[in-house]
Amino acid sequence: MSITSGTGKPLRAGRFSLLVRPRTVVVCTALLLAAAAVGVVALGTGEYRLTPGQVLATLAGGGPPGASFVVTELRLPRIATGLLVGAAFAASGGIFQSLARNPLASPDIIGFTAGSAGGALLVIVVLGGGAVGVPLGAVLGGVVAALLVHGLARRGVGGAGGRLVLTGIGVTAVLGALNSYLLTRASFAEAQQALLWLTGSLDGRGWSNALPVAAVLVAVLPAVVLTSRRMALAEMGEDAAVALGVNTARTRLWLSAAGVLLAAVATSAAGPIPFVALAAPQLARRLTRSPEPGIGTAAAMGAALTAGADWLADGRVLPGTPLPVGVLTAALGGGYLLWLLVRERRAGRT
Amino acid sequence: MTQPRLRAEHAELRYDDRVIAADLDVAIPDGGFTAVIGPNGCGKSTLLRALARLLKPQRGQVLLDGRAIHARPAKEVARTLGLLPQSSTAPAGITVAGLVARGRFPHQGLFRQWSEEDERVVAESLAATRTADLADRPVDELSGGQRQRVWLAMALAQRTPLLLLDEPTTYLDIAHQIDVLELCAELHGAQGRTLVAVLHDLNHAARYATHLIAMREGAVVAEGAPAEVVTEQLVEEVFGLPCRVIDDPETGTPLVVPRRGAGQRSPCGSAA
Repeated sequence: MSITSGTGKPLRAGRFSLLVRPRTVVVCTALLLAAAAVGVVALGTGEYRLTPGQVLATLAGGGPPGASFVVTELRLPRIATGLLVGAAFAASGGIFQSLARNPLASPDIIGFTAGSAGGALLVIVVLGGGAVGVPLGAVLGGVVAALLVHGLARRGVGGAGGRLVLTGIGVTAVLGALNSYLLTRASFAEAQQALLWLTGSLDGRGWSNALPVAAVLVAVLPAVVLTSRRMALAEMGEDAAVALGVNTARTRLWLSAAGVLLAAVATSAAGPIPFVALAAPQLARRLTRSPEPGIGTAAAMGAALTAGADWLADGRVLPGTPLPVGVLTAALGGGYLLWLLVRERRAGRT
Repeated sequence: MTQPRLRAEHAELRYDDRVIAADLDVAIPDGGFTAVIGPNGCGKSTLLRALARLLKPQRGQVLLDGRAIHARPAKEVARTLGLLPQSSTAPAGITVAGLVARGRFPHQGLFRQWSEEDERVVAESLAATRTADLADRPVDELSGGQRQRVWLAMALAQRTPLLLLDEPTTYLDIAHQIDVLELCAELHGAQGRTLVAVLHDLNHAARYATHLIAMREGAVVAEGAPAEVVTEQLVEEVFGLPCRVIDDPETGTPLVVPRRGAGQRSPCGSAA
């Protein structure tokens, strides 16, 4: 192999050149196909069963009589919400892990999702809930928690990444206590609604939940992917990135805003589904083996994981009563985290 | 007389409340190899950080080509001024070629991600630092000396006429220290680049640099050619080290030999 960019193969046309990394393209395509496959299978799963072929035919406008209502009206909104929310959580996690240069820095660990939960709980318990109020409270709560964590982590000097994570864990603990207190104040019905929301669930999600997430993803994700080279340079440390001509302050501000927005809108749609934001970017990176943060790949992984977990969790596949998707992602994510720690310890990198 | 391309004017450098230098005036001679020397905590790395726009002066300014360096677009400055930072993290799993290729960032854009020139410059930078045979190796697996040469190759790939080096020889054994310094001298001599390095070893500075800036307690104490600056009197004044200065038998440059029983009486220890 001749001298290359070390990261990919160049495609050139005149003065223009693009750098393409084949492995990343393959992994990303495979994950998107997997997410689509999970969606199709899930659309056919339930009391009214359809084969993947029938599902595709139905989506195309044909299919068995009556299938259209079940597939596009009853099941599609929930599954689309799962795919979109998973992508948004994963992208947000990838952004913060890269910014903090710490695999623990995902919005569910560093307090943003706890903030969203607090916001939603306040609306449910104090204001009596509401289809608009709860998601709005979640977004606001997430933003407030993010500002709080950033503000506290900024004070003093020290390893920025570790500080952010520790501050976030502290804020999560305080917010957790606050959330528990709010639950004790709630009526039985409110508490039930709140608890279900807190676990993270896709049950009964409709287009009104899916569309805001889709809008934010469309607006933010392409721009984040275009920033990925700057992110990669920033991961080498402030000094090296500035030396290479990255305006690190501007890059960080924009990425933080994008990450908070993604996490907040995802939480507002489906509750704080745990561990997707933490695990998906790490899994994606291990598959691509790329030294660059692949936010697009992470998003594809998050979509596949969340939709897959929801398909497994809601009781039509696995025996047992239906579970909120958050229960399954927490179990899988926790296991994944332990595996990660054990593995890195063996490699002597802790 | 034309002004030097890089200079600091009345710069006050501080970290939060801690003033490192109150009023620094420094001009970096074009085409020279400038070494900044001084005891620990004297502000030499801080000066370099200011020249590299990593630290914004509280008052005064750093000028690059006559314009305030902090006011200029980051990428534009990065095409003129390169930096080898004291510590950087190589991303896990990145190859040597991949890391060196990142030095091309200031010359690239959204639709100009990897030109033939990028490829040629990376190859040349690898060759110049004798790291071409490591190109496909992961950076994690390299020895300290190899790694430093790779980081230097990345800074070279930036193709900047000015290059700043923050303690480029720290953590290297003596052979690799000389290796890196010879490389710097080569870059300065053969390619005509302007180099500025913070160096701990006075003898290395005297031997390889063409211009010395001696600092103490945040101020420049002496400046000039090594033979003028490195004197018994100045070393005692700046470092508090009684010594003899003899001619380096190899190069004729000043060589500092500490006197027997000369203990550490740093004049600057409190500021460290």
